[in-house]
Amino acid sequence: MSTVPFDINTFSRRILGRCRLWGTILRISIQERIVYRGDFMLGTLMRFLPIVTQMFLWAAVFAAVPGNSGGETRIVGYRYQDMVAYYLLTMLSRAFSSMPGLASGITREIREGGIKKFLIQPIGLLEFLFFYRVAHKLVYYSIAAVPFAIVFYLCRGFFLHTPHGWEWAAYVASLIMAFLLGFFLEATIGLLGFWFLEVSSLLFIYMLLSFFFSGHMFPIDMLPQPFYTIVRMIPLQYLAYFPSAVFLGKVRGEELVMGLLIQAAWVVTFMVLAKLTLQRGLKRYSGFGG
Amino acid sequence: MSAIEICNLSKTYRVSRKKEGLWAAVRGLLRPEYEVIHAVRSISLTVERGEFVAFLGPNGAGKTTTLKLLSGIITPTAGTATVLGHVPWKRENSYRRRFALVMGQKNQLWWDLPAAESFRLHQQIYQIPPDQFTRTRDELTEMLGVRHLIHRPVRELSLGERMKMELIAALLHSPEVLFLDEPTIGLDVVAQYTIQQFLREYQAKKKTTVILTSHYMKDVAALCRRVVVIFDGRIIYDGSLSSLVDHLGAYKIITIRFANGTPAGDLGRFGQVILREPPRIKLRVPRTEATEIVRAILAQYTAEDVSVEDPPLEELIATLFTSAHRTGEESLVPSPLHSLDE
Repeated sequence: MSTVPFDINTFSRRILGRCRLWGTILRISIQERIVYRGDFMLGTLMRFLPIVTQMFLWAAVFAAVPGNSGGETRIVGYRYQDMVAYYLLTMLSRAFSSMPGLASGITREIREGGIKKFLIQPIGLLEFLFFYRVAHKLVYYSIAAVPFAIVFYLCRGFFLHTPHGWEWAAYVASLIMAFLLGFFLEATIGLLGFWFLEVSSLLFIYMLLSFFFSGHMFPIDMLPQPFYTIVRMIPLQYLAYFPSAVFLGKVRGEELVMGLLIQAAWVVTFMVLAKLTLQRGLKRYSGFGG
Repeated sequence: MSAIEICNLSKTYRVSRKKEGLWAAVRGLLRPEYEVIHAVRSISLTVERGEFVAFLGPNGAGKTTTLKLLSGIITPTAGTATVLGHVPWKRENSYRRRFALVMGQKNQLWWDLPAAESFRLHQQIYQIPPDQFTRTRDELTEMLGVRHLIHRPVRELSLGERMKMELIAALLHSPEVLFLDEPTIGLDVVAQYTIQQFLREYQAKKKTTVILTSHYMKDVAALCRRVVVIFDGRIIYDGSLSSLVDHLGAYKIITIRFANGTPAGDLGRFGQVILREPPRIKLRVPRTEATEIVRAILAQYTAEDVSVEDPPLEELIATLFTSAHRTGEESLVPSPLHSLDE
């Protein structure tokens, strides 16, 4: 192909063709996901249950803290309202960054041979899975939007700080990057299935670490030193904690810009890592016997 | 130019050898033992454009491995191959747009959606121009008689209908080379026949180069003039189906319907009686003596009907494989046979 001179027409036609392919994957995946809307509906409802327990738990914790005077008690800088707002926001972050079935799906495709399709047809596995996941999320949001809106409206009193102006843009950017990071991170884990036929225990460890260090369980800035510093160096916080912190105005100015840049860097890192893992994996797969 | 050229192609796998028992399992963890499997042993083969070739062989003989090599799913241990001038395992998109692989046991269609949607996706994957796409799709659905089914979710289709949809999906981009791995596996006789007819018609029209592996000899007999028999990773026969039958068929089957019931006397002296269903008798006789024996029978009895046939193909192939197993080497089919049809 290197002998073909660059031609802007061929190039733009190719780009256009690619976009049409992505559009088609998206459209068809949306249709497919809609088949499972009932399952989604139930899943969304279940998501709100833990938050109620969290509210009771933290209410009890705050009440037990000595020197309690109304709503102004703070635990490591968090008021009760901040805490509830944090959990609600984390739920939203995770609606972007969690990738149910991605890693295990990839491993299954490898084990059962469905991966062959991507060796035979002129389409990339990651490319396909990405748009499939986007479709999955879009269908999910369209169904979950109503319950989410109701819950956030009911809990509006807990939000003592809401973003304004540029903070909104930063928040949306951090959510989108949380999605990208979640996708490439879990795809990489799934692609390890080329070496280990079963990644479920690996995935379990990842989920466990993620639960603690993404900020899903509690805000990570509550951690004492040196754990806080360590946790800040690994990418998991960008899946849940960071977007919520942006929304709550806990990171601002230069720190916010740096945070977004580091998040972007992690996205690129895992994107490259996923690609490399796929390449090496396919090489191994085709050497081994398909 | 030939469509497919294979030269000394080999594929060797290493699989870990698991022994029985707990102690052996523990030892296996510490010092794994491997077993080398020669799936394909230095095969060479040329297929011209527009040929319809069958790969025959027992399970594990290397047929599917060869197809996997030719479609670029696996890389060989040694040797070379080109398909349409491309090295398959480089997996260039320019090659991937020109061939298709259909595996009878693998499902490529979206289970919960109508086949029409999977076809749309294939249109985009293979960048098929819209008018060509519509034309090809309508032509193929017409030929297979499934036009009315393309808007029904795939999961609601029968196995045969699904296979037809799989074929259509694979042919939408008009591949120049088509690999079919057991395309009629598990199908009922009617569906098998429809697919056979379709493949024959399609191939005659488009002059596609086709390699087919199948366990159904009917598929092979109906479709392929050239047969490549693979056994234990080697090609042990390459030539026409008819000369394979001639060579293997050391016996002929004589069926006689006698005019007035089964005659008295021992028919066993003419040959081996394999069916006694008065007034019909089936005899297995040595091929060279068949005419002689028919004459002798007719001289002694009055017959309503006499036919002389080759034994069923399945039986022949089974004989071929069992004797190959016994001799274990390629010496089974004498070498002159290799070039019988060239």
